[in-house]
Amino acid sequence: MAFLSIQELRKVFGAASVVQKFDLAVERGEFISFLGPSGCGKTTVLRMIAGFERPTSGAIRVDGKNVTDLPPNRRNVGMVFQAYALFPNMTVAGNVAFGLKVAHRPQSEIAARVEEMLKLIKLPALGNRYPYQLSGGQQQRVALARALAIKPQILLLDEPLSALDAKIRVSLREEIRTVQRNLGITTIFVTHDQEEALSMSDRVVVMNEGRIEQIGTPFEIYNYPRTRFVASFVGTLNILQCRVADPARGTIMIDEQEIVASRGLNGAKAGELRSVALRPEAVSLREANGDWNRLRGTIEEVSFLGAIVRIRVRFKESAVSLDTFNSPGAPPPERGQSTIVSFARDDLLVLDGAEPA
Amino acid sequence: MKRGRVWSWVAIIIGAIYFFVPLIATFEFSLRMRRGTHSFDAYAVVFSDQRFQASFLYSSVLALATIVVGVLLVVPTAYWVELRLRRLRPLVEFITLLPLVIPAIVLVFGYLRIYNSSSWLPLTASERGTDILLMFGYVSLSLPYMYRAVDTGLRAIDVRTLTEAAESLGAKWPAILFRVIFPNVRSGILSGAFLTFAIVIGEFTLASLLDRPAFGPYLQLIGANRAYEPAALAIIAFAVTWACMGLINLVGSGARGTAPAR
Repeated sequence: MAFLSIQELRKVFGAASVVQKFDLAVERGEFISFLGPSGCGKTTVLRMIAGFERPTSGAIRVDGKNVTDLPPNRRNVGMVFQAYALFPNMTVAGNVAFGLKVAHRPQSEIAARVEEMLKLIKLPALGNRYPYQLSGGQQQRVALARALAIKPQILLLDEPLSALDAKIRVSLREEIRTVQRNLGITTIFVTHDQEEALSMSDRVVVMNEGRIEQIGTPFEIYNYPRTRFVASFVGTLNILQCRVADPARGTIMIDEQEIVASRGLNGAKAGELRSVALRPEAVSLREANGDWNRLRGTIEEVSFLGAIVRIRVRFKESAVSLDTFNSPGAPPPERGQSTIVSFARDDLLVLDGAEPA
Repeated sequence: MKRGRVWSWVAIIIGAIYFFVPLIATFEFSLRMRRGTHSFDAYAVVFSDQRFQASFLYSSVLALATIVVGVLLVVPTAYWVELRLRRLRPLVEFITLLPLVIPAIVLVFGYLRIYNSSSWLPLTASERGTDILLMFGYVSLSLPYMYRAVDTGLRAIDVRTLTEAAESLGAKWPAILFRVIFPNVRSGILSGAFLTFAIVIGEFTLASLLDRPAFGPYLQLIGANRAYEPAALAIIAFAVTWACMGLINLVGSGARGTAPAR
């Protein structure tokens, strides 16, 4: 049985149904991310797990125990907030010790645990500082230590990196993951940043409009999106309009050029309009051999992004963006230059319906 | 110097003259008790007067009781409004402003009508009962100041997130209120407390009509019968008020460990 089990969870605010039939099973020690745009219900689900919101219906079980109606202070769940939420009147050590003090733990145990936690977050010398004397990154590490000090069953992280600048965000997410792995604590991480979700998680739950769109490993989510929303929300995606030419051979026409899709055309009829999706990194400017697809077009835009050069190639109505690595020995192509793009048949994802995602 | 700045200085000087000339004149007059020279005789007379000591002590004790009851009433109310009942904020603000528009004399006649010796709760039938009634009257009078001071303090912190953080760490309501919320609105509470103290010390109407030996009626009594002592008492009352204001500033600027406003 799953360590954290969420069944048929629903939440209605007035007339708005913000979470609809949410089912999830999380194994002990797993790191799960809820990924989705603002207002998709991911934070509401997290708050229901924490006990800050009461579900309209459904059940939440932790280690087999139904906690749906338990108040937050009896759930033994550690939470880290986007706004840090450190107690301004307490020192760093006071903040970390708070949960243990309200649980009336012995003073010696509290002191030892605070020291251990401050070492864990690599701030052993800052115990006497007040929150306002710390940087944003340090405050969030203290918030993490405070949440972990009570030895929670589950760690909930509500967009903890959103308020930090880019460099600290990257280093802190690595630190959070390392700490999580070392402690083996079951963790739910809420974010709207796909890079954070993909880089940190064992599994990602992609949400949209209160529903789960897809649950999978980062590899599955990125490479095999099951819905149009996941395909468009996770990573950059080229969506092209095509017309089915011969379903039996798997051929489709894009701007009067024929290519082959290795899957996704079952049940399609000749002449039918479809959308296909293609990741930028799957497309190459090099002339490919074998059974790769080739499309002839013109270079429309070249964007230099540092390590990556993003190039847009227009065919006629459609265009694809592709990424190449920057190489000092091979300058990027000029705009207006004609070219051939190639990509493997397997990389072409045929989506349901004709409208772009 | 720019024209605008000149007018600013003119306004400041006029304001200063308006406030300070009467004060300086009162102070100077309070020193004239001994003929032909300046002395603090009026102050010596006032401080040695048993009624001064008794009425000041009475009002101080009542002020402290008012502060305790006011804090216990206002802080949880303002906290709950900020946390869960934000829609009710305009209503609560309106109620807390009522003592500013309802004169104290209306309030005290209302009290006498409801709590007189032949009513269902005869508070005015005994001295202790009347003291309690007076204290609640002072709580009402100081409500606009206490509520605003506490509410400002609460708005400067993220009450909801701090509450949730404390809850997730296992804290129950008393721990949340007394370990997290109260310390973080300490400067607001103390500001409200000092304002309350200043109001109670100088209040006349309620104490006089309820016939209690407070400092306000004593001021009026001395003012009606003496020449120099009322001026000395006015300066003493000002000094008490200013001391309260100074303490508000001191406490407000020296709140230990308080984070910048969100």
